[in-house]
Amino acid sequence: MAGEASQQIDKDELWGGGRSPYSVTYGKMMMWFFLVSDALTFSGLLISLGFFRTGVFGDLEGFWPVGEKVFEALPVLGTGFPLIYVALMTFLLIVSSVTMVLAVEAGHRNDKKNVTKWLVWTVVGGFFFLGSQAWEWYHFIHGSGGYYISANEISVNGTDQSGETISYTVAVGEKVYYGSDHAHAHEDHDHDGHDHDSHDGHAHTSTSEVSGMGGDGHDEDHAHKDEHEIHPPEVLYLNKFQTTIVTVNDGPTIEKLIAAKNENFAETSGANLSSNEYGPQQYANFFFFVTGFHGFHVFSGVLINIIVLLMVIKGVMEKRGHYEMVEKTGLYWHFIDLVWVFVFTFFYLV
Amino acid sequence: MERDDLIVNDSYALNAHHSEEAGVSKRKKIWFVAGLLTAITALEVILGIAFKQDSDYWTVIKWSFIILTLFKAAYIVLSFMHLGDERKNLKYTILAPYILFALYLLFIAAKEGTDMAVLLSNFLGS
Repeated sequence: MAGEASQQIDKDELWGGGRSPYSVTYGKMMMWFFLVSDALTFSGLLISLGFFRTGVFGDLEGFWPVGEKVFEALPVLGTGFPLIYVALMTFLLIVSSVTMVLAVEAGHRNDKKNVTKWLVWTVVGGFFFLGSQAWEWYHFIHGSGGYYISANEISVNGTDQSGETISYTVAVGEKVYYGSDHAHAHEDHDHDGHDHDSHDGHAHTSTSEVSGMGGDGHDEDHAHKDEHEIHPPEVLYLNKFQTTIVTVNDGPTIEKLIAAKNENFAETSGANLSSNEYGPQQYANFFFFVTGFHGFHVFSGVLINIIVLLMVIKGVMEKRGHYEMVEKTGLYWHFIDLVWVFVFTFFYLV
Repeated sequence: MERDDLIVNDSYALNAHHSEEAGVSKRKKIWFVAGLLTAITALEVILGIAFKQDSDYWTVIKWSFIILTLFKAAYIVLSFMHLGDERKNLKYTILAPYILFALYLLFIAAKEGTDMAVLLSNFLGS
């Protein structure tokens, strides 16, 4: 780099006053200091996530869900793609970081045309990321089938993931999840055109699932009921989104589980701030807060990028003789990418 | 309106300019880093699909995720944010607090982890 930062300057002169000992402008240094403090906020969120996850809360309410089981859906294509969507979002943010750094590089050559071009691509990437996040939130809130809470203690004979027969006791208050074709039922509903009302969707899904297993009180949807009575699901999952999946394969136990469900507790689908089908409530709360706070940063980043883009087009930077404003917003934009890299690892991957 | 930040500091910004020829090699480096970051993300996803959390190698995989993340973070900060090109004193003003912070956190988690869990449950109720 040609700048003053790479020059050998005598210590006395550097710290002697009348210049920045860091050889950066006031604005750039303050952007760095803001990012240092903002990074501490995100660190606080991710650290508290770690303590909640490994602390007693994860144990008391069941195990912490596995990211690749909760986030495995793609738009149009349905489910069965673990973390692919989140990886695509990460890739999107990396690409928009690259276009941003290319804009900064063009700015160092006073190349107005290329600065404009790359900034436009950065803004487009930012909007795409925001849209992806909206879809992910919608899908997370909407849920994928739902659970009910067992009112009785029931012992279940089933098979685990590796196919071994095991005995499992459903404790009172434990969550029991719906059958194997929950994803299918969910997609059906998506094409019904009801996707804007998550509560409605939930009623659909649960009716079609449970009625096939012996019928229950939902009479309002006979069409769905008939359709699914032909293929009654033969399995129920316990801890569907968690490390241990127990598949129940005997009829009487399924009937007992349904009886336990009908006794009193209501079922839930999806996640919000007061219920969460995926596991502990804190999981949903952290999802909303961490990705929401990051999404807010992306949103404000896009706004700032648009403002700077307009300034570049108007020729403000050209008049100044340098494009440092692009560099400063670039720092903020890269910081957003940096935060997402950590969120990706510590919320979704591990 | 006179802006003092422009008048006093403009030379730092103006000195950051580089020539067209220098730009070519800089762009090459940008695309190289972009490819590297994408490759690391793809590797993480493949590892995540290949090894489940109940696998025997999960501890190794988990730590490799964390190390790969630190690699990505280092490339973003040092290359994309140009912190590697800044003067050493600025670089460590920004990085040193985090190095200390991470070490302190590791100490707390290792030494007081159980106590923290009890504290959380007492503080927030079960």
